[in-house]
Amino acid sequence: MIKTSSLSYSYGTEKKIHFSDLTIQTGEQFLLLGESGSGKTTLLHLLGGLLRSQHGSIEVNGTDITKLSESGLDRFRGQQYGFIFQRNHLISALTVKKNLLMSPFLAGLEQNPARVDEVLDQLGILEKKNARIQDLSLGQAQRVSIARAVLNKPAVILADEPTSALDDKNCDRVSDLLLSVAGQNKATLIIATHDQRLKNKVKNLIQL
Amino acid sequence: MNLFSLVISYLKARPLNTLLNILLLSLGIAVITILLLFSNQLKEKITNNTKGIDLVAGAKGSPLQLILCNVFHIDFPTGNINLQEAERLSKHRLVKNAIPLALGDSYQNFRIVGTNRAYAELYKAELATGEWWDNDLEVVVGSTVAELLKLKVGATFESAHGLSKEGHAHEESPFVVKGILKSTHGVLDNLILTNVSSIWKVHEEHGEEEHTSEEVILTNPSSLIPSVEAGDSTKEITALLIKYRNPIAAIQLPRYINGQTGMQAASPAFEAARLFSILGLGVEALTGFAYVLIFISALSIFIALYNSLKERQYDLAIMRSMGASRSKLFIATQLEGITLTLFGSVIGLILGHGVLYLFTAVVEESGKTGISAWVFYKEELYLLAGSLVLGILCSLIPSFQAYRTDIHKVLAGN
Repeated sequence: MIKTSSLSYSYGTEKKIHFSDLTIQTGEQFLLLGESGSGKTTLLHLLGGLLRSQHGSIEVNGTDITKLSESGLDRFRGQQYGFIFQRNHLISALTVKKNLLMSPFLAGLEQNPARVDEVLDQLGILEKKNARIQDLSLGQAQRVSIARAVLNKPAVILADEPTSALDDKNCDRVSDLLLSVAGQNKATLIIATHDQRLKNKVKNLIQL
Repeated sequence: MNLFSLVISYLKARPLNTLLNILLLSLGIAVITILLLFSNQLKEKITNNTKGIDLVAGAKGSPLQLILCNVFHIDFPTGNINLQEAERLSKHRLVKNAIPLALGDSYQNFRIVGTNRAYAELYKAELATGEWWDNDLEVVVGSTVAELLKLKVGATFESAHGLSKEGHAHEESPFVVKGILKSTHGVLDNLILTNVSSIWKVHEEHGEEEHTSEEVILTNPSSLIPSVEAGDSTKEITALLIKYRNPIAAIQLPRYINGQTGMQAASPAFEAARLFSILGLGVEALTGFAYVLIFISALSIFIALYNSLKERQYDLAIMRSMGASRSKLFIATQLEGITLTLFGSVIGLILGHGVLYLFTAVVEESGKTGISAWVFYKEELYLLAGSLVLGILCSLIPSFQAYRTDIHKVLAGN
């Protein structure tokens, strides 16, 4: 499913990070652990095609994404990936529903309102469908961004510190939902985090 | 979702800013629209009213006044000219035809013009009802006159001396309406036409009443006014409208009139152009002001987009992560600028027409000028196209910012 070989990335001329080769099977859930500055976000962005690597290859679903053109990579990203970030980064000018519909629109897929309801229902926030982003609590907003990430039924979900900004209760709730929704949608899930609270929820670990 | 509804949502998220930008631009466009409608229609009216008149000969004085009085019927006469002299001029070899005008009386502020049928033919006027005048004291009225004074065929009225309401009435000799003209969208709509001798009649009656009742048999009728003897040195008219026989006349005839007769000659085209160049200064100043407004609105749109792009860098990076290409973000930002300027200019055009409509509805005098708010010019399409270009220009730099968004740096930067 995801396979990397001799991957490295250099910041400027001095700092260079080498990543050990990874092989992740379809539907597996991984926790990517490491200190701040150890390159978690960099690896996640490389895997997600948000950052282009200088060395090595990344194969996702049989496609080497390092060899895709700029627009080819955009399309691939839209259709194969779902992203969740530490801060929810929802578009505050849009309602919850419109935020979710941006996902199929930008990926060039069909916009299905029934799918929006389904996913919001899975995450227990269906009643917030027409709410404005400013009116959501932190936990609710993070659930909306999970909904946005899984809406297109992506093959891969990449989450960067999805729970760090949340209190214990919300962290528990959000991470359980993330893991179960990823499972329901048969997506491969990689969570980059230094949040110790997630350690006992995910068995597979990648330590940087 | 689509790009346009995203753009509208962004604009709605900053309602005051959006309102200010649209308002600034629409004010500028509205001012330009009003000036455009006003000056274009004024030019059209002037050319329509001067059509077929190459030269006006009248008493010495201001040439502009002569034109304003005898072509546009808005100023007072410069004086009278001798009929004998006018007759001689009308027979000049360079004159193709000459139409006499005798002014001096009015009814409810509308001028009574003593002339002949050729004057109405000059503007291709046709009768709506009734018939042309045959005898003295019979009139044909213009469409606006008939409408505003509610005159019907067969109605009678007494004229007032002078060209304003205050003049004393000529009670002894009432005029009879014989016909009503169709609208010519020109000066004729505001006039009451009759023959020249009617004008003389209402003025002579005080002193020489006994003469007018006699039937005179004419041996050699005047070519200008067939009811009097040619060479009658006691009669006077106000002006003569002249059409040239050939282009040489344009050079020789004014010189002849000004130098060899007691009259002066004035060219309607020349005087109208002079008048317009005086008005043009005001129009130019206002147009300049409008362009300043438009420039400020463009600047304001640019600043608003530039600032909001900074706030939106996470939005942009997230959209890229969801599969949006660089060019899609470029187009979205362009669309935002274009939407603002197009809204602004459409509202500006509506505002311009609306304000002119209110003006024509409220100011009574403007009805006489015949300026309409519901006339559209192709320049208005140019305004729309121009605002499209303006939208593209002022969102160009923000669009490149959006295009160059570095997803990794923005998303890893927190």
